[in-house]
Amino acid sequence: MHEIRAPRGITFSTAGVAAREKPRLQDMIRVVLPQHLRTLAHAGAEVTIEVEGSVTLRSVLDAIEARYPMLRGTIRDQATMQRRPFLRFFACEEDLSHQSPDALLPEAVVSGKEPLLVIGAIAGG
Amino acid sequence: MSKVRVLVGTHKGAFILTSDGKREEWEVSEPHFAGWEIYHMKGSPVNPNRIYASQTSGWFGQLIQCSDDGGKTWHQPGASAGQAAEPGPPKSESNKFAYDTSGAQLTTHQWYDGTQHPWEFKRVWHLEPSLTDSETVYAGAEDAALFRSNDGGKNWHELSGLRGHGTGPKWQPGAGGMCLHTIILDPSDPKRIYIAISAAGAFRTDDGGTTWKPINRGLRSSYIPDPTAEIGHCVHHVAMHPKRPDTLFMQKHWDVMRSDDGGDNWKEISGNLPTDFGFVIDVHAHEPETIYVVPIKSDSEHFPIDGKLRVFRSRAGGNEWEPLTEGLPQSDCYVNVLRDAMAVDSLDECGIYFGTTGGQVYASADAGDSWKAIARDLPAVLSVEVQTIQ
Repeated sequence: MHEIRAPRGITFSTAGVAAREKPRLQDMIRVVLPQHLRTLAHAGAEVTIEVEGSVTLRSVLDAIEARYPMLRGTIRDQATMQRRPFLRFFACEEDLSHQSPDALLPEAVVSGKEPLLVIGAIAGG
Repeated sequence: MSKVRVLVGTHKGAFILTSDGKREEWEVSEPHFAGWEIYHMKGSPVNPNRIYASQTSGWFGQLIQCSDDGGKTWHQPGASAGQAAEPGPPKSESNKFAYDTSGAQLTTHQWYDGTQHPWEFKRVWHLEPSLTDSETVYAGAEDAALFRSNDGGKNWHELSGLRGHGTGPKWQPGAGGMCLHTIILDPSDPKRIYIAISAAGAFRTDDGGTTWKPINRGLRSSYIPDPTAEIGHCVHHVAMHPKRPDTLFMQKHWDVMRSDDGGDNWKEISGNLPTDFGFVIDVHAHEPETIYVVPIKSDSEHFPIDGKLRVFRSRAGGNEWEPLTEGLPQSDCYVNVLRDAMAVDSLDECGIYFGTTGGQVYASADAGDSWKAIARDLPAVLSVEVQTIQ
């Protein structure tokens, strides 16, 4: 029997039986915040937060707001929990702003290799 | 010795200007909340070290900030000044302004095209601390609604009787948004509050905010289908002298108006003004019949006539106005003065202050006879308030 390289957490034997590794209980996620939010949060350019369970935009933002309560309402509208219109989410050179907030983030973000970027629009005014 | 503290909200931060009672030399603070729009700051009459600020941006939304040391340091209500965040559930929801949607009258208002549009919170335009309790503060919001906090800004709830009294679905925004920009607390009657909305009009409660009624009789606005309608007038600002709580002065989108019966009836007092369009209006601290406006050329040309920045004063409660020009630019001046950008102090010789969209803050230490710029190069000024510290 030999192993086939497969997505994270899953190994296959040639017998075709999938085995799932036990998921990590917590992932340490890197997040880059825009300048004004760093000031509000008294934080540096990049913060590292713990996320339990699936690593999605929603769970990361939940963790950000739990860690930095003064940021509630500044990234997501407090009433609708929708992304504020002038902010975007990027990772691995991709714009993740329009994907479902419950979609899994890229592996590189989950592993901590790449940060999630919260970026404000470069707009006038 | 007395001290004067001028609270200046600008397009890109807040500034605090301080002087002693002579009002000759002024210190200008570095910007607080640099980069954010500070729509309004106001101190508590009960505790002048307690100041509330509306901090807002199109990117990051609304925050409320609070100071307990006269503006030196700030914190979001529920957090500690200058402290790093404590992880965990938030201890307050100081920037959450949730609209009451429980009634049919509370769900939509008229949009620019006449269709119905849902109420959407944008920002806080005006903060009005209680006259009797430093922990109680009112907030005027866009889309127009009135909120109150009883815990120093940590939590807010809507006084939804205002939007729900019946005319709410007919309210329509002006060009600058549908904002509740004026809140006046009657010092003689704790249950009476006046508010004004662009572009719905003026309203009054006599029971502490539970029920409200429009107070626009006598206003005439040629730009709406029924010029004398019950609501729909674009009121820019209202002022009241605390010793004459039944007398109100209004700067409207065209016309300067006056009421002597708590807003039940209004009459025009524009008189000999060169133009009766403008935004600010205020009252001398010790002379209830002395009022000030800054005439602006028109609703499309938001600058003074002929490039001359002039404050006009009436010592007769309106109709007879005199220009005040000494120390103000009389040529090539094309700034605007926004509705919350004028205030008065309560020193013996009443001081008058106003800020411009050009970033100047002008002050008069002699009730308007002469002026000087006490700050010249700030970002565009959105609001001016003054604290007299005795």
